[in-house]
Formats: sequence, C-alpha cells, structure tokens
Amino acid sequence: MSDLFSQFDPLQGKRFQMLDENGMLLTETAALRPLELTDELIKTSYEKMLFMKMADQKANNLQRTGRMGTYASIRGQEAIQMGTGLVMGREDYLIPAFRELGIMWLHGIPMENIYAYWMGNEMGSHPPEGVNCIPISIAVGSQMLHGVGIGLGMKKKKEKKVAVTFFGDGATSEGDFHEAMNCAGLFKPNTVLICQNNQWAISVPRSSQTASTTIAQKAQAYAVPGIQVDGNDLIACYVAVKTAVDRARSGEGATLIEAYTYRLGDHTTSDDAKKYRDPAEVEMWKPRDPLIRLQKYLAGKNLWSQQYEDGLVAAYEKEIEMIVGRAQAIPYNPSDIFDYTYAQLPPQLLAQKEEFLARIQT
Amino acid sequence: MENQKLNIVEAINLALKQEMERDPSVLIFGEDVGKDGGVFRVTDKLQEQFGQERVFDSPLGESGIAGMAIGLAMYGFKPVVEVQFDGFYQQMFDQMLQHAARMRNRSRGRYTVPMVVRIPSGGGIKALEHHSESIETYIAHTPGLKVVYPSTPYDAKGLLTAAIRDPDPVLFMEPKKLYRAIKQEVPLEDYIVPIGSANILQEGTDLTIVTWGAMVRETQAALESIKSNPTTSNTSIELIDLRTISPYDQTAILTSVEKTGRLLIVHEAVRSFGPGAEIAALVAEKALYSLKAPIQRVAAPDITVPYLKAEHWYYPNAQQIEQAIIMAMS
Repeated sequence: MSDLFSQFDPLQGKRFQMLDENGMLLTETAALRPLELTDELIKTSYEKMLFMKMADQKANNLQRTGRMGTYASIRGQEAIQMGTGLVMGREDYLIPAFRELGIMWLHGIPMENIYAYWMGNEMGSHPPEGVNCIPISIAVGSQMLHGVGIGLGMKKKKEKKVAVTFFGDGATSEGDFHEAMNCAGLFKPNTVLICQNNQWAISVPRSSQTASTTIAQKAQAYAVPGIQVDGNDLIACYVAVKTAVDRARSGEGATLIEAYTYRLGDHTTSDDAKKYRDPAEVEMWKPRDPLIRLQKYLAGKNLWSQQYEDGLVAAYEKEIEMIVGRAQAIPYNPSDIFDYTYAQLPPQLLAQKEEFLARIQT
Repeated sequence: MENQKLNIVEAINLALKQEMERDPSVLIFGEDVGKDGGVFRVTDKLQEQFGQERVFDSPLGESGIAGMAIGLAMYGFKPVVEVQFDGFYQQMFDQMLQHAARMRNRSRGRYTVPMVVRIPSGGGIKALEHHSESIETYIAHTPGLKVVYPSTPYDAKGLLTAAIRDPDPVLFMEPKKLYRAIKQEVPLEDYIVPIGSANILQEGTDLTIVTWGAMVRETQAALESIKSNPTTSNTSIELIDLRTISPYDQTAILTSVEKTGRLLIVHEAVRSFGPGAEIAALVAEKALYSLKAPIQRVAAPDITVPYLKAEHWYYPNAQQIEQAIIMAMS
C-alpha cells in the first residue's frame, strides 16, 4: 500500500481518486479499497458528514443572528475531515488550524465546545480528559511545527501514536510550513501533515499563492512522501490518510497530504466572496460536493433515499438546537482571564486581578 | 556543600548537566549545540554524556526550533533550546509570542509549554551585526513569558535550574560579555535562585541603582570609582541586581527607593520604552513622595547598535554611570 505515493506522484500530474462525481468507484483504483471500509461504514460516515454540514450551517446562522462571533465555515471540506476521523484513534493528537469543525468533533471535542470557542469563550478550547486536541491556531501556518514536535515526542517515547496537523493552501506560503517540512524530513516524526487546499486564501486563489503546480510536490524537496488526493472523495481520503498514519505509526516518518477540495462558502462570516470569486467557479464545484457524491454512491447500493435524508435532517436539527443551548450555558468565569497567564500569578498580576474584579463588581 | 570556582559558561553547563541527570524529560537542541557544544561551548560534552536522542543539532531555523519545542513541551518533554545570538531570537519571536506564551491561557490550563530558551545576550564582544542586541523589552512585554538575566555564575546556575523546573516558558538571557569574565565559588550541588527575586548586592541609604546583566559589572566599576573619589566617597549606594526582568521584583525596588529617596536605572537596551521606563513609572506611581531627586536613567541611545568600530560608544560605561550618580546626588 505504501507504493501509493509512487503510484500517484504529484510531479507526474497524478491525483488520487477512487469515487467519481457520479458516485461510481473507479476501476483503476478499486483494488485499493480496504476491507474495513464497508458500505455500512460509508453510510455512517455520510451521516456524520451531514451532521457536520448542518452544524456548520448552524454556526453561520448563529453569527448572522448575533449569537456567535466570526466563524470559518468548513462547507465543502467534509470528506477529508471524515476520512481522517475514521483513521485517527483517541490516543492520537490533532493539531488543527481553524477550518476543522468536522475533524475536531470527530476526534472528541464536543460540538458545544466548538461553538463556545466561536462564541468567544476560551473554555471551548479546554478539551475533556482523554481528548487530545490542541486548541485552534489562528496564526496561519504556525501550528504544523507543533505537530512535528508532538510527533517527534511520540517517536522519542517509542509510541505508535500519531500527530495529525491541518492547515490550508495559504499556510504553505508561510516560512514555518517549510521549517516544519524540513524538520519532518530530518527527524522523521510520527506526524501527518494535511493541507486542505480549498483553492482560496480569503481572496487570493491557489494559483497566486505558489507557482508550483501542486502543494503535494513540495514534500519531495524535503524527502517526505507527498500525495494529492481528491479531497471531496471520502474513500480516497481514507486510504491516503490511513497509508500516511500507518507509516507514521511504524516509525517511517511524516507524510504530506494535499486534499484537493473547494471552499464552497466565504472565507469567514466577515467575508463576501462574491466580491472576488467568479460565481461560475462555485457552480462548477457544486456537483463535486463530497456529500452529493456519497449520496449517489449509497443510493446505488440502496442505502440512501430522500426519506432517509429527511429523517436525519429532522433529528440533527433538534440535536443541534440542544447543542446551541449547552454552548451558551458554558459559564465564563471572569477571573479566568488572569488565572491562566502563569501557573502561579506573580504579585503584580494578582494586584491587577483584584483591581479588575473590584471594577467589574461595581 | 562542596564548591568550585566556575565562570558563567561552566556554571550553566553544570546546571544543564545536573537537570538532565535529574529529569529524563529534559532535551537540549538548537544550532550547533551537539558535537560542537554551541558556539560559546555552553553545551559542551553534553551530547557525549546524554546521547543524540537528548542533545541534538537542529537545522538552522529558529522558528522551527521554537515551534518543535512547543510541541515537545505540550507532549511532556522539557526542551531547553538555544538561540545562537540575541538578534536571531526575532526569528522565533512569532512562535514564542503566538503560542508558547498563550497556550496555557488559550486552553484554560489543559496544555502548557514548560520550555526554556537560552539567549546569549548583549554586546561588548566585537561581533557582527545582530550579535549584540538587548531584547529584554520585546520579550518582557509578552504576558505568559518569564524573562531572567543573571550576572554571576552563582545566579546563572541557580536561575537556570529554576527555569528548567518552572511550569511556564522562561527566556534565559546570558550576558555573553561576562561568559568568561568572572569566576565565582559555585556549589556543586543543585540549588535554586527563585525567579522574580532581585538581589541586593550592596546596601546603602542615599541612592538606589537598579541594573542587570553585564551592566552590573559596569556599575560595580563605577561604584569603585565613586568610593575612591574623596568628593563622592561618602555616598551610600544600594545596588540591586534585578536578575528577573519579568515578573520583576517590585517590592525590592520600592523598599529600597523608600529608604534612599533616589533612583538610577542602568541598562544596555535602548532608552525609549526600555525596562527603565517601566521601573521609573512604577516608582512614580508607588513611591513618588519618597523621591528627593529626579529619577536617572543610563541606557544606550535610541540608535541601531553600531558595528565593532563604534560599539564602545554605544554601551553605557562606568564613567557615564558615575556621572549619573553625581547628577542624582546633586
């Protein structure tokens, strides 16, 4: 399976795909489908992707109605996050950027925590015990190095765990991406670097971000395997991530996965992509929607129908309403804004805290 | 307790060695710190003793050093990394400010970054551009980081031990001009000099001088001159080695100024917005009515550090400090 990377060499213009836009398995890659990825698993994965899509839409609505701050939508990028979620275990570490609602939730962050974060409550980034997810990183491209560091720690402890870090296409222009890739090549950490190439960094298209044909090919300069996978194809995403994670667990080192996908929404709720993006391009991508593709696949197996979909939607709507309530109910303790600056507050900070608490109580 | 005469380089090396023996999670990495033992030999022979898994060369990229250290620290290691020269800290500034300083707060205590960055600091060694900077203001202005700056072998060993055992990120500034300039009896056993506590090197009643790093020695030279001059020899001066820039020891400064009524701050960093401004503001806020004279500052001018031909004009010297003492007393 590890010859996947030579079979789909990005420098040869290869993109790894298994499920086409009509929901048909491609014959040339069909043999790569692992036995554990059953139709039943694909069906439950579809359900989770639908839940992500609806939770994402709800976050947008909450912002529009003033109940949430700025939010960065994952719409269109559900497949790579789902594929990764199927591969990662609880003991593994997730090091996200900020467009990862799906994988964060799959990895164990309760959806109400994710909402609380975007509502402006730092407690949203305090994962429950046993959930290994580093807080959202807003500084673009800075977190991949943490993924390399954590993966290196796993390697030093001779563990079979893996650190998976996410970032966007824009992040690959940051110097820290190149330092992370260089260190990944040198130290061979238990790390998987996943670039969600959604074609846009706010208003700058991928073609203006780098002159390289692909992002995946950049890996080769650092002696790290790199692959471009159809990021809207759940099955291919699963296989690519599984291959990379297996490499990392067995101590063979890091992998760069470029998930070729599309940002169907705006950059964030503060953005209006109509100003800079041709609507025809969005129309072109709509049929490639990762959920539509799976609907077609499942319908072909008699595992999807509109009635089934409607039932799920109704149930998820109710569930998400309850999540919103729980997110809003997460308390905000005012002294917390001081208390986590250091393990122990120095005297001058204690004095400032007391002054602050007295001020807000009057 | 057994002692040995050590210089600052040797004292730091000993602290590193002892902490690595005590705590298997301590890792050392950075540029040239392995076989070469660092360009100042501070990590000399540590790779030989502890192996390449724990002491290793990083590629030449400071942001990468800091970023990996942050990941390792969050994963339970205790990285003690070296940035080769003060001027190249700027390349890791982003990681330290955006992540190391904030992770405890960002995750509300779930993830912490107990790491140490050792920074050979300050000028006076006739080096190239970017090798002689005093960056304490840049780093002390970041909530979540601690900044220490010892001036003696004893303090260097005790403060580094404290820094390595600290649960938060500590930036450990090493006065490179003093690396081998002084030897001192240093206990061979491990001990701690607490972070956040200043040291009163000399007690006095007429004037408080607050300084740190290489300027401690320069100030001591000025004090010798003051003592030997019959017109000034009666001046009783309290000399405070601040030792920690953030969080700094406000009590030591205020207690002293309330006693002496006069304050002089000496630092190598440029004058405007330097640490001296913060200390002067503290005294103005909390001890203004104790003051008998305007607060004095001796600092580098607000210019780029000149190259070696002119660096001696840049750093505050004993003569300037002496003049400032006379000004404060007049």
